[in-house]
Formats: sequence, structure tokens, C-alpha cells
Amino acid sequence: MPDEAAEPGHPGYEMAVERGKIREFARATMSHNPEYLEDPIPVSPPTFLQTSAFWAPHDAPPANGSGGMDLARVLHGGQEFVFFGPPPRAGTTLRVSARLDKEYEKEGRRGGTMRFRETVTSFVDEHGRLVAESRATVIETGRAPTEDA
Amino acid sequence: MPTWTELHEGSAPQPREYGPLTRTDLVRYQGASGDFNPIHHDEEFAQGAGFPSVYSVGMLQAGILAGFVTEWLGAANIRRYAVQFREQLWPGDVIVCSGHVVRKYAEGGEHKVDLELLCTRVETGGAAVKGEATFVVP
Repeated sequence: MPDEAAEPGHPGYEMAVERGKIREFARATMSHNPEYLEDPIPVSPPTFLQTSAFWAPHDAPPANGSGGMDLARVLHGGQEFVFFGPPPRAGTTLRVSARLDKEYEKEGRRGGTMRFRETVTSFVDEHGRLVAESRATVIETGRAPTEDA
Repeated sequence: MPTWTELHEGSAPQPREYGPLTRTDLVRYQGASGDFNPIHHDEEFAQGAGFPSVYSVGMLQAGILAGFVTEWLGAANIRRYAVQFREQLWPGDVIVCSGHVVRKYAEGGEHKVDLELLCTRVETGGAAVKGEATFVVP
């Protein structure tokens, strides 16, 4: 299990996992699961860590790695979450740090040159345990993205 | 929740339909997630970029698909969730979430299952999201 929570020079930022935020997120993703909505100390939904966007410093680039890209031409290609135990519960404080993992280009069939960026974000709890890692793949297309870009 | 002995390759939850998606659903998800890309709520911005209208946030349908499967195998039991985005979804779209077990195994002293997941756009029958998940089975 990797343990490089915060790379030198990238101290990351803090994220509090909160019951009300879990409830809001569960409802926004159309879940009626009482494990999210009724448990007083609910576990967070699998994609909840996307809300780290609210905890990032104002001047931080977007957590998905789309910083500097044209929002009208950005596609979210894929997203992965790995949990090294149950997803973090309400009451947990996480330290979040993101790093650019890969950057590459491909020629699209009709969309011109597509720029890919893969960003890995790690989430470490107050005991220093790596609880989750996410990987975001974003693509900047050569023109407005379409379904078959 | 199914038990270890009840789960096999091919085991599947009952598929479920969601939608039709509304602009309000998109705005609610953007507010909850903190992703405020205007392409998902600002009609002028979306049309200016060459789209017929705003379109859904990929992570909304990814989140719906995640909630669909954790309801079957337990919110605390998920260990991996990965999605790839295919067709975009538009306001008015109805989607169906489905999935099935592709592997049942023991690893690190735990019982685990891997699943393939699918969020399908009803209008075209095409995949909006293809997903994979791993759960521990207590």
C-alpha cells in the first residue's frame, strides 16, 4: 500500500467528512439508502470524495486536473476510487493531496489532437492511514467534444 | 443483502430506472459536488460551445450507478469503483442501471466479488457509463 501521503512541497489540504454533506450528496445522486441517509455516522458514498473541491484552497487548480484547459472542450474520460477499508465515515478528517501522474496526447478521429491528463489524489485520515485514492482522467479535445470524440 | 453463499458469477441486482433527468437534477448535483463547469447549467455557454443544450455531469450518472450497487452489496463494503464515460446524457434522458458479478474470490483473508456495471441511455440503448466495482462480502 503506498504511503506517500504528502509529497515534499505538496502539503495538500484538510477535508472534513460531514453527515449533512453526505446526506446532500446521497440525495443529489438519487440514493434512498438508509446507510447514507439515516445512520448517524454514515459512511460516505463511493464518489463522495469529489466534494474535496470545496476544501481546496481558492488558488488551487481543479482537483480533476483540468487546470488551464478550456472548459468548453474538456471531457471527463474516467474516474476511479480505491478504498483501503470502508469508505471514510462522517467525523473523519482527511488530508488531501493531488499529483499529476501522466500527461499525453492522442489524435482523435474527428476531434483533432486530444490532450489527456491523469491526476491521482490521495486521502489520509488523522491517524496517518491512507484510506482512499482517486484517479481522474480528463481530456481536452481539439474542438467541442462529442459523444464519439 | 446477499450472503457469500448466495453470490455467484452472474448474480445481479434488479436493474433500476432513473429519470427523466431534469436541469434541476444537474444543478443539484453540481451544488452538492462543487463542480461548477457552466457547460452543465448555462444554456448560452453550452450552445456557444456547439452543443444543443446543457448536458449532464458525468459524475452524476457515475454517482447514481454507485448508489445503485452499494444498495445491493452494502455502503461500507465497497473497495473499488471505476467508471468510463461514453455517451453524454441530456435533460429528458431516462437511464437504467444494471450490473452483475464477474468474479468471486478470497484475497487477504477476505471474501470479495468484482462486478461489471452499466448505466444505459434508454433512448438510444447506448452506454452512458461503464463501471467496475469490488466489494468485500462479510
